[in-house]
Amino acid sequence: MDLRQRPARVLAATAVIVLCLALAAGCGTRREPASPTLTVMTHDSFKIGDGVIKAFEQENSCKVVLLKAGDAGAALNQALLTKNNPMADVFYGVDNTFMGRALEADLFVPHPSPLLRDIPDDLELDKGYRLLPVDYGDVCLNYDKKWFMKGPLAPPASLEDLLKPAYKDLLVVENPATSSPGLAFLLVTVGTFGEGGYLAFWKALKNNGVLVVSGWEEAYWGQFSAASKGTRPIVVSYATSPAAEVYFSKEKLEAPPTEAVTAPGTTFRQIEFVGVLKGAANPTLAARFVDYMLDRRFQEDIPLNMFVFPSNAKAALPEVFLRYARKAEKPVVIDVHRLEKMREAWIRAWTDTVLR
Amino acid sequence: MFFFYPLWRILEVSLVSPPGGGAGLPGIIAEPVYPRVIWFTAWQAAASTVLTLAAGLPGAYVYARYRFFGKRLLYALTAVPFVLPSVVVASGFKALLGPRGVLNTWAMGAFHMEAPPIRIEHTIWFILLAHVFYNHAVVVRIVGGFWSRLPPSLAQAARTLGASPLKVFTGVTLPLLVPALAAASMLVFTFCFSSFGVILILGGPRFATIEVEIYRQAVHLFDLKTAGVLSLIQIGFALAFLGFYTGLMRRTAHQFSPHPHELSQRPPSSAKDYALLFGNGMVVLALLVAPMAALAFQSVHGPDGLTLDYYRRLFENTTDGLFIVSPLKALVSSVSFASATLVVSLVLGLATAIHLSRDKGVFSRILDPVLMLPLATSAVTLGLGFVVAFDEPPLNLRRSVILVPIAHTLVAYPFVVRSLLPSLRGIPSSLREAAYTLGASPARTFVSVILPIVSRALAVGAVFAFTMSIGEFGATLFVARPANPTMTLAVYRYLSQPGDLNYGCAMAMSTLLMAVTTAGFLFLERVRFTGEGEL
Repeated sequence: MDLRQRPARVLAATAVIVLCLALAAGCGTRREPASPTLTVMTHDSFKIGDGVIKAFEQENSCKVVLLKAGDAGAALNQALLTKNNPMADVFYGVDNTFMGRALEADLFVPHPSPLLRDIPDDLELDKGYRLLPVDYGDVCLNYDKKWFMKGPLAPPASLEDLLKPAYKDLLVVENPATSSPGLAFLLVTVGTFGEGGYLAFWKALKNNGVLVVSGWEEAYWGQFSAASKGTRPIVVSYATSPAAEVYFSKEKLEAPPTEAVTAPGTTFRQIEFVGVLKGAANPTLAARFVDYMLDRRFQEDIPLNMFVFPSNAKAALPEVFLRYARKAEKPVVIDVHRLEKMREAWIRAWTDTVLR
Repeated sequence: MFFFYPLWRILEVSLVSPPGGGAGLPGIIAEPVYPRVIWFTAWQAAASTVLTLAAGLPGAYVYARYRFFGKRLLYALTAVPFVLPSVVVASGFKALLGPRGVLNTWAMGAFHMEAPPIRIEHTIWFILLAHVFYNHAVVVRIVGGFWSRLPPSLAQAARTLGASPLKVFTGVTLPLLVPALAAASMLVFTFCFSSFGVILILGGPRFATIEVEIYRQAVHLFDLKTAGVLSLIQIGFALAFLGFYTGLMRRTAHQFSPHPHELSQRPPSSAKDYALLFGNGMVVLALLVAPMAALAFQSVHGPDGLTLDYYRRLFENTTDGLFIVSPLKALVSSVSFASATLVVSLVLGLATAIHLSRDKGVFSRILDPVLMLPLATSAVTLGLGFVVAFDEPPLNLRRSVILVPIAHTLVAYPFVVRSLLPSLRGIPSSLREAAYTLGASPARTFVSVILPIVSRALAVGAVFAFTMSIGEFGATLFVARPANPTMTLAVYRYLSQPGDLNYGCAMAMSTLLMAVTTAGFLFLERVRFTGEGEL
């Protein structure tokens, strides 16, 4: 062997050793089965009080590991890919725009939780008890109150209002192909105008200067005049956003700077579900955790952490929710299986109409 | 292994037995959208590379040839953009250039205009500007580091022989710089080729690179087949380009006696020097520091004037789950991931670079471009690949924290190799042979001859490895991890809910991120300087 190559080899060997040590360290920390471990897979925006999780751990003398796997779409994708050898016991965060996919892939086992009696029937979209509703929020238009107070224009009361010349260049929406509120708003238009009419609405909206951005963050923090240096006083957001504006305000506001439009036919209800994964290492504990998520303690902690409504009707709502969070009067309803079949076609047609 | 195996598995799954339906290759070719996407991906990457080179070269020259007060801080700052999440960068640029940003407000006030004169949002210019913002440091560091090793005597000799300064530059300096220029532009190109966040957020939904399209297909439409085919196309294009480039570089490497950079640097003396320094400083200020300053300003600017409340909020340990990301914890996990990445990728990168610089065989000719692939491969694909690949003992890593630094290393490692290669190729073999003749062992030669020569390049590599990790590039955002959020993720989390407090905290966290990065750079540079003194 050429002598000159030795240093490289020494280094390579060192590298291998370093890697092995790293791996060994990684394996070592995981191999401590003192108490059973429950793994809950979810998306990055999942948030709940530390105490709530600790209470469950103590009651069941187990350890709960929260595995965050990207946004809701990416997380579900990973669950689908690892179907035959699941990474977790419980999966939380499938919403009704994607639940058809999860149900068709047969990811979850049925769990008819006794707590379903406290949950309104219209939230229980899966009658097979594989996916149980945990929380919901309505995607709708939000507007900048100050902006509308300054001028003669009234805030929009219906989708048709948005097509009037007076509302030119006022609206910002999210791309349904890359954003979940964006997709929900597309579904609102499909539900309200029908499959024959929604594209005409979007064409008219495009002519009236609708701005499309990639995600909620960019729409709200980048374009919405109430929250940024943007110029658009109407945005697609959630009916609970005004409550968050008050709760997360530095000056403890008395009234939110924004308001939600919740008129019939202008909103879509996003419901988030939890389920016990097929092939879970610890199905009994998993089922118990699902029950715990639907019970009052966990449910009452949901609003201020994730700014959505808890599904359990008995859960008490915090003050700021009672005063400022809105619920849709008559949200648009689309059957989950029809949605699963048509989603891609709708998005494709939307893209061709609005972006190209 | 940590790259090809996951890649292989995910492509196998998505192409052979996709869990969902999909169009497949014929469908993709038939769709007129995709050729357009591919073409756009390629030309925007090329344009970004050219612009970045143009913007970075003067900086590299100043970096290489001058000593002045505040130089280290200035150059540490230039690399900071790398770590910033694109949402945050977008907001920084918007504060400056948006319809109600500083420049437009000023222009409208000064010239009594009705509409904002600068309409850059959702245009290709915004994308290019952001790419220059992100990649400026790559050019400055790699080219500048290499440049400082060029003996000025060569240029001086040419001057003595009567060549004009322009002639000296094009005839002597530029050819010598080619390896470093090529290395830098290769990195920038690859980076822009797989650009994702910038396109999605700054470009708006009308622009799509292959990477954006893969993300859309895989994550939102669950069409793994299309995503898989697109990944292959992306890899194919990148590989073809990289192969061409590495081939070119092999033929252009020059050997020269390395020069201690202390001797080639001088304080500015003439008016011309000061003008150059000033001009370069202005470019850096306008392009890089201004958007960052805008961010820092927003972090201390509340609804009614200046405030430190957002920072106070960050460090308040409220127990009601209101702000469960403790910034200290986030900082610790960010820095420890970065350190792990740094060590592993430096060791691996050094070994590879040494091998590549000596071996001229077919194997390394193939290996060279292939090594760059992790940077050019879709992060989505790779992230999903990890999940599918490491699902069985002995490598059941899916839930392990270890996966994060591994994913980081994958993207950091090409940077280390690229930073090192130009310097290593430039070392004349006679130097090593001289050491052997004098009785030094290979290890001794390595420690006392090679290492000191490449120490600057090594530091450059280290800075990049650190940055790539802190900035959470590529696959990491798709790797599942237990709940120990890093600083970048904390920023995203604050931005995910309405309320001015959240926005303020996100900006404060970004400012902290910038501060930590700058501190990290300064520390790394310090380590290098003392190291060099001892050897």
